[in-house]
Amino acid sequence: MQVPVPFDYERATSVEHAIGLLARLGPSARLVAGGHSLLPMMKLRLANFEYLIDINDLHNKLGYVKVEPTQIRIGAMTRHRELLESPELLRSFPIFHDAERVIADPLVRNRGTIGGSLCQADPSEDLCAVCTTLDASCVIRGLDGERVVRMADFYRGPYETAVGDAEMLTEVRFPLRPHGSSAYEKVGRRVGDWAVVSCGAAVWMDDGVITDARVGLAAVGPNTTGIPAISQALRGRPPSQDLYAEAGAIAADYCTPVTDQRGSAEYKRHLAAELTRRAMRRAVARVHGREL
Amino acid sequence: MQVTMIVNGERVTRDVEGRLLLVHFLRDHLALTGTHWGCDTSNCGACAVWLDGEPVKSCTVLAAMAAGHEVRTVEGLEQLGELDPIQRGFMHCHGLQCGFCTPGMLMTTRALLDSNPNPSEQEIREAISGQICRCTGYASIVRSVQWAAAEESGTRTSTVDPASVRSEPRSRERTADRP
Repeated sequence: MQVPVPFDYERATSVEHAIGLLARLGPSARLVAGGHSLLPMMKLRLANFEYLIDINDLHNKLGYVKVEPTQIRIGAMTRHRELLESPELLRSFPIFHDAERVIADPLVRNRGTIGGSLCQADPSEDLCAVCTTLDASCVIRGLDGERVVRMADFYRGPYETAVGDAEMLTEVRFPLRPHGSSAYEKVGRRVGDWAVVSCGAAVWMDDGVITDARVGLAAVGPNTTGIPAISQALRGRPPSQDLYAEAGAIAADYCTPVTDQRGSAEYKRHLAAELTRRAMRRAVARVHGREL
Repeated sequence: MQVTMIVNGERVTRDVEGRLLLVHFLRDHLALTGTHWGCDTSNCGACAVWLDGEPVKSCTVLAAMAAGHEVRTVEGLEQLGELDPIQRGFMHCHGLQCGFCTPGMLMTTRALLDSNPNPSEQEIREAISGQICRCTGYASIVRSVQWAAAEESGTRTSTVDPASVRSEPRSRERTADRP
């Protein structure tokens, strides 16, 4: 029987209340949202806390997908299922639909949240790769107000983020740019498993030429990784199979996979290249209104 | 700490530890042992129950998190002594072998039929993708859900009754013999 160490359970009634509790209780306290990453780790005693602060009551306030002219804002308590079923996200960022379909399983998706996924900061976390691909920004609230952190600065290492002890991630923002689309590819050992490797791609085009491209990889480094070299290589060039292969080669070169029970480093490098190629190809097809 | 929640329509209050998982609360504190405790790692789905109408894995929810909410377990499927159509579907189409995964399968597929009364085979398989049948009896489980869907929509006829399109004659005879 797997049981966490004893802890005191508190339930936050507002964001301010949650932050106040974190400030008072210190680093021995942790927020729990859906709990589907944290509770298994606590059951295995890989994570131990004296206090657990349940923020599920904040779903009313922090569970939303709001479309604005220049960005989409997603509340930190928005659940995987809500992201999967959001017509706004499907229209603007189909990468969410691709990724959410292969994140865990429907029951887990009923509970898990985008904020929880990002703050867990697992190197294999699919939503982190999605946010990296889309150049998201994270809104972090503390006692003294809010700050906004780009994804590139959000991760500090495996399971480490820019969110401080008395702070809370409240929202994730995604810039909306015209003439773009996105896609996500994942290889896992079985349904619901963590990725062996997964890859997100987003492209923006104008007049038959790629104006910008972004790739985010999961499970091939200490955190999900954006690859600026791919963006640089692809800008200003027309899409082609050769160009996708070139992007794949950069991805394979750039990533730092390790051999583990999910595969050898060599196999993962191969996947990084292949999945980058496929995700790019699919994203470009979607810019043209086609579905591969 | 004290937790109060609605379980199968009844209000229950118990003193529990903060770290108590919902699955153990149901089984050990309420003696509702229909909910099974399987892998303990949120993989197998034997512990699936409804939380506010949505299936969740009760080995990965604290009893304290369910406080103030509504829980439905497999014991809550039967209404006024009548089995739910999904339960009858599992009976008719041999949707269980050892039966260990059955409570979770029933809760997940009941939720599926509530939101999608006529699911395709692919949709059924996707809905149960968070459950593991250790006997690998997935084909029968899919047939059981199709049986229940047809039963509920009143379209179950000899042509869509999955039991009647079985290939093995012996199973067909045995199914026909069942009450």
